[in-house]
Amino acid sequence: MTLSNISDKPIGVIGAGNFGSVIANILALNRKVILYARNEADVKKILETHQHRGYQLHSNIEPTHDLAYIASQCDVLFPMVPSAHFRSMMKQLSPYLHPYHILIHGTKGFDITLPEGKTIEDVETLTRQQVKTMSEVIREESVVVRVGCLAGPNLAKELAQRQPGATVVASHFNEVCQLGKKLLRNDRFQVYENNDIVGVEIAGVLKNIIAIASGALSGLGYGENAKGLLISRGAVEMVYLGRALGGDLKAFLGVAGIGDLVTTCNSPMSRNFTVGYRLAKGEKLTDILADMHEVAEGVNTVRIAKKCADHYKVRALITDRLYKVLFEGMTVQEALEFLMRYPLNVDIDFL
Amino acid sequence: MAPLARETDMHTLEEKKNKNRPYKPILEGIPDWPVYQLSKNRKEFIEEVALKSQTRIKELRPNTKQLFDDLQATAYREQNRIKRNPWRVDPKDDSRFWASVKNELVELSAQNQDDIQKPLDDLLGKIVLRYANEIAGDFKPNSYRVTREVIKFWFSRLLNGARVKKFGAFFRSQYTLRDKIQIVGKVKMLRKLAKKGTVVMVPTHFSNLDSILIGWVIHSLGLPAFIYGAGLNLFNIKIFAYFMNSLGAYKVDRRKKNLPYLETLKMYSNLAIQKGAHSLFFPGGTRSRSGKIEKQLKLGLLSTAIEAQRNLYMDNPEAPEVRKIFIVPVTLNYNFVLEAPDMIDDYLQVKGQDKYFPEQDKYGSFKLLAFMFKFFTKGSNISVSIGPALDVMGNYVDEEGHSIDNNGRHIHTRDYFISNGQISIDKQREDEYTRMLSQKIVSEYHRINRVFASHVAAFVAFEMWQRKFPKLDLFSLLRLPEEDLELDYAEFRATFKRVRKKIYELREEGKVYFATHLKGKADEVLKLGIENVGIFHLKRPLLLNKKGNIVTQDLTVLYYYHNRLVGYDLEQYI
Repeated sequence: MTLSNISDKPIGVIGAGNFGSVIANILALNRKVILYARNEADVKKILETHQHRGYQLHSNIEPTHDLAYIASQCDVLFPMVPSAHFRSMMKQLSPYLHPYHILIHGTKGFDITLPEGKTIEDVETLTRQQVKTMSEVIREESVVVRVGCLAGPNLAKELAQRQPGATVVASHFNEVCQLGKKLLRNDRFQVYENNDIVGVEIAGVLKNIIAIASGALSGLGYGENAKGLLISRGAVEMVYLGRALGGDLKAFLGVAGIGDLVTTCNSPMSRNFTVGYRLAKGEKLTDILADMHEVAEGVNTVRIAKKCADHYKVRALITDRLYKVLFEGMTVQEALEFLMRYPLNVDIDFL
Repeated sequence: MAPLARETDMHTLEEKKNKNRPYKPILEGIPDWPVYQLSKNRKEFIEEVALKSQTRIKELRPNTKQLFDDLQATAYREQNRIKRNPWRVDPKDDSRFWASVKNELVELSAQNQDDIQKPLDDLLGKIVLRYANEIAGDFKPNSYRVTREVIKFWFSRLLNGARVKKFGAFFRSQYTLRDKIQIVGKVKMLRKLAKKGTVVMVPTHFSNLDSILIGWVIHSLGLPAFIYGAGLNLFNIKIFAYFMNSLGAYKVDRRKKNLPYLETLKMYSNLAIQKGAHSLFFPGGTRSRSGKIEKQLKLGLLSTAIEAQRNLYMDNPEAPEVRKIFIVPVTLNYNFVLEAPDMIDDYLQVKGQDKYFPEQDKYGSFKLLAFMFKFFTKGSNISVSIGPALDVMGNYVDEEGHSIDNNGRHIHTRDYFISNGQISIDKQREDEYTRMLSQKIVSEYHRINRVFASHVAAFVAFEMWQRKFPKLDLFSLLRLPEEDLELDYAEFRATFKRVRKKIYELREEGKVYFATHLKGKADEVLKLGIENVGIFHLKRPLLLNKKGNIVTQDLTVLYYYHNRLVGYDLEQYI
């Protein structure tokens, strides 16, 4: 076997959401790609039209809804499904996976396992026993050990328009980082490496909290000063929470941390931002969620992060207030007043 | 007492009492043993180790300057070691050899960089050959047989002489060592796998006696002799040196931290495992000073098991089955650790700093024999838990040696080394695998650990005292005069029962094991525990006073024994 014919093996993308479709397109620039969609109708439509969710899909992309097929054809898979479905997807995929597979996921959310019949609100606290990152879910549910994740400022729309952007490929394995780089990098897409996969995953998840808050400020009609304040204090909060959950400081200062945070806090297109914005306009959370196409991961993240902060005794003021706004009927205005009056004024104390 | 074995799933240790049943050797004649094959071709083997180490080191230090710097550092450190920390076992010509290395390096430093690669290579070759010779064990079948018989004979005499108070009992064989030392766990599996593949046994390490104990265990399970990684310091003690040499031990000198030495040591282990020699080392690297079960393992020797497995796959790309390497974690459970007082002092002195512990072996041959005699004449048993075998990736294996995943599906271990459809060498990947394996071994240690009454008694007493002085940090607590410390028996008993109940629960969850004696009436179990914890120390860690309350004569040593149960989150039940 020579290297060239090996690299002819197609790359798999699991999940044909916005991000999955865009990543498939990027990969398809120099590879054959197999794209798994859960919905059989989507597969048919893609086959006929090569269109999906308003994106033109590259001709190198072959759609499928057969997990056994994608696992047998590809050694490298990119799972891109929402965190709520991630574990069940892994359970279905697991029988077809072998230790030679490499999985690089792009899901920014936590997985939680609760006792039978309990909800997040019922349990007293959450710990890392119950809260897992996606790479941990992959390890728990399959024999795959070479796991990586994608994180960073990757707004699907901008990537689709080939605007400049960047991502981090994080993994304990250099091999995985190098591979991710080789597959994704092009003249419009810069790829960085990080070996703190858990830190990068956590940064990518926690920034969604701050994104909601940013939308809320915007909804109240405030400008750039307020946003600057939020982003910098939000970053500090992410560092504290992230460390308690097992991430390293560095991940939070990089592309997946600050980079992603600034992007999402400034992007009215993002779902999390929209949730905050509409909340500030006085809408109810249930109504907002009812007419959104894809999941706003941030809402769940707030619930989880709040409980974790309680357990690990981390001061997470923004998260805490946001929780009250989302679930306990506090208004955005009240939450903001509380934060502005809070007496602690140390700028940075974690370096 | 009823055996605890309830579950039959393969992750569970069968806690059957060994009915004194001797195990038949799995390989009849010593000439069939891999370790014997190795020693028969000792010279060739050492040369192979040296040659391959040399190649490896040159890969790691590809340019002349790097190699030169490394050799210079090595020579400097070796001369320092000879001056500062000489041992009885060191070769006589040590200082002469290293002086000559240094001189050669001085001469080379004057020459042009381009001309010195060849002489440097030769010098490196000389150094690694010397190291390989120092490391290599020398298994001699005759001496092995003699040692084995001597140990068996004298242990047996001691036991029977001490226990049966009749004239002539000294020469009876009513009791054997097997009554003193219980072996529990996956014995059958181990014996089966030792025929199918190569076993790498990785025990916890609490006492210098571990080395001999585990040698006896291996023999009495009917396994062929293993090659051993034994601390060179043990060879300073003559009686140990005799035993260890005849058991086929190779020597690990922890003073030598230089690259050529470490690479040679790893190559020795790697090649021996590849050649099918069952092998044993203590992955904690050194005895646990704190008395805690190892949390951090040394990755060097562990990585050789992974590398050996990968090499076997690489060398046999087409073979459907390749000799598999099985990692077998083992815990040794004692009521008493001879060196406890000194080790805990060491530990407290350097707590928080990762530094080299000076090897002080205050216990000469005589003291050890005296201990052994006490051990056999008084109570205090030892138990050895054999854990379920793992493949080099930390997956459980079944009795046929197949790796299995959480859902019981077979896994091909070969696949872990495949990249782009081919088996490949990736140092960083294997470093990561080693780290994963070490975490798995640590968690297995905690799982197969066998809790004794004495451990629980020590844990509860120390934690209660700590609770009574919440404002004191560890060091201030340990400085309290022992006279001030007294625990009300009833309170102690109640706490003990709470913690014991939690241990039962942990057992149900498969997170730990306990000795059968732990079940039973609380008062009796406590009595047993208090009597046995650190039983032979001059100052006893736990005693009952006249009022029947709990007191201590040595809180620091109590802390040591208490540490055995750290890591199970039992503190909250105090």
